[in-house]
Amino acid sequence: MELLLFGIAKDIVGESNIDLSDQSSVPQSVAELKLFLSAEYPDFQKLTSLAIAVNSEYAGDEVLLKSGDEIAIIPPVSGG
Amino acid sequence: MSAERYHRQEILKDFGPIAQQKLSDAKVLVIGAGGLGIPVLTYLNAMGVGNLGIVEHDTVSESNLHRQVIYNEADIGRQKNDAILERLKAQNSNTNLIGYNTFLFKENALKFISDYDLVVDASDNFPTRYLVNDACVILNKPFVYGALHGFEGQVSVFNHKGGPTYRCLFPNMPKADEVPNCNEHGVLGILPGIIGNLQALEAIKVLTDIGEVLSGKLLIFSALEQSYQKIKFKLVDQNTKIKTLAESYEFSCDATINSIEAVGLVPLLSDTNIELIDVRTSEEFSHKNLSLAKHIPLSELEQRHTEIDLNKPVYLVCESGVRSRKALLLLQEWYPNKTFVNVEGGMRKLNTYVNLY
Repeated sequence: MELLLFGIAKDIVGESNIDLSDQSSVPQSVAELKLFLSAEYPDFQKLTSLAIAVNSEYAGDEVLLKSGDEIAIIPPVSGG
Repeated sequence: MSAERYHRQEILKDFGPIAQQKLSDAKVLVIGAGGLGIPVLTYLNAMGVGNLGIVEHDTVSESNLHRQVIYNEADIGRQKNDAILERLKAQNSNTNLIGYNTFLFKENALKFISDYDLVVDASDNFPTRYLVNDACVILNKPFVYGALHGFEGQVSVFNHKGGPTYRCLFPNMPKADEVPNCNEHGVLGILPGIIGNLQALEAIKVLTDIGEVLSGKLLIFSALEQSYQKIKFKLVDQNTKIKTLAESYEFSCDATINSIEAVGLVPLLSDTNIELIDVRTSEEFSHKNLSLAKHIPLSELEQRHTEIDLNKPVYLVCESGVRSRKALLLLQEWYPNKTFVNVEGGMRKLNTYVNLY
């Protein structure tokens, strides 16, 4: 399971991708993934507006995750 | 106009004189003549879009020049709208160009947008982006979205032929301190050039009905990897049911914030019994400022907050009201018994009431 990080999410983690495969408890859903990120990187707690895509498709909190999924974390950006 | 002018695109099999005529008849409103708006306007104007409106109230500053490539050194201090209209007019004298020398506000958005077929959101802040979305939904106009962060950009076409909207992707505006803007975070000069050109391309496709419009898809460009990701997303029905603009498009915040509308500050500007703190960067401050203001950039607030005269009522101002809100939250933490007041809408809004230049 690979996470691709964009915008402020990339800045928070300090890398543009992380591999979750070797985690002891891999998040089972998008909702769990958000909790995982907030626990691992506390700065995620303040991001109230975060789009998540699983295999290039927008995914709500209820969407289940499986190994091999490519997950994109997409915060809104405002610059112009 | 000579038949030569658009010849190279008219001989394109999938474009032709019919698409050219559609461009000529089209009316496009571009919100912002900065990093994104410049490539959008330059190409739409060159390619023969017949009617272009420009909403912009900023002036050219030195720190714009690395990315806002239509402006030159002699333009520093000039209204962007004046400078760009001059260039676009010289580039294509056939275009009907209309400059709106104001920012987009709740009060003027519906009026401006209703005159156009397509809107290009080339703004640089969340309040304007949500306002553009809601106004376009209300008026049933498609809009081309583009936005930047550091070395990345996003592009999509919203509200196009019943397709999803900005709120289907990001339902609610983030809070003030969630995501930094270009002034604070920085932007690589060429990035808005790339994203703005992608927006111009989508605008052309929407106007001429060629190709596959980026509707229901968010394109994410990463400059450092030279990579593109396309994310599919669906319409959330309720987002098309907006009938009126929101009460306010200023940033919302959980904490209790004392604020004053920019217009409310105007009568206080000659009052030496208030302490007005401008928390913008030095560059922004030197570009334009209120004579009453004491300058303490947000980044130096932690070291310099003792310079604030707490015996006077303290007002905080920045460019749009976002950073001053952050400053207020910090100050409230450090001085829990003191009341601070945020100037909503910041220098931008103030500028519509008083001449700051």
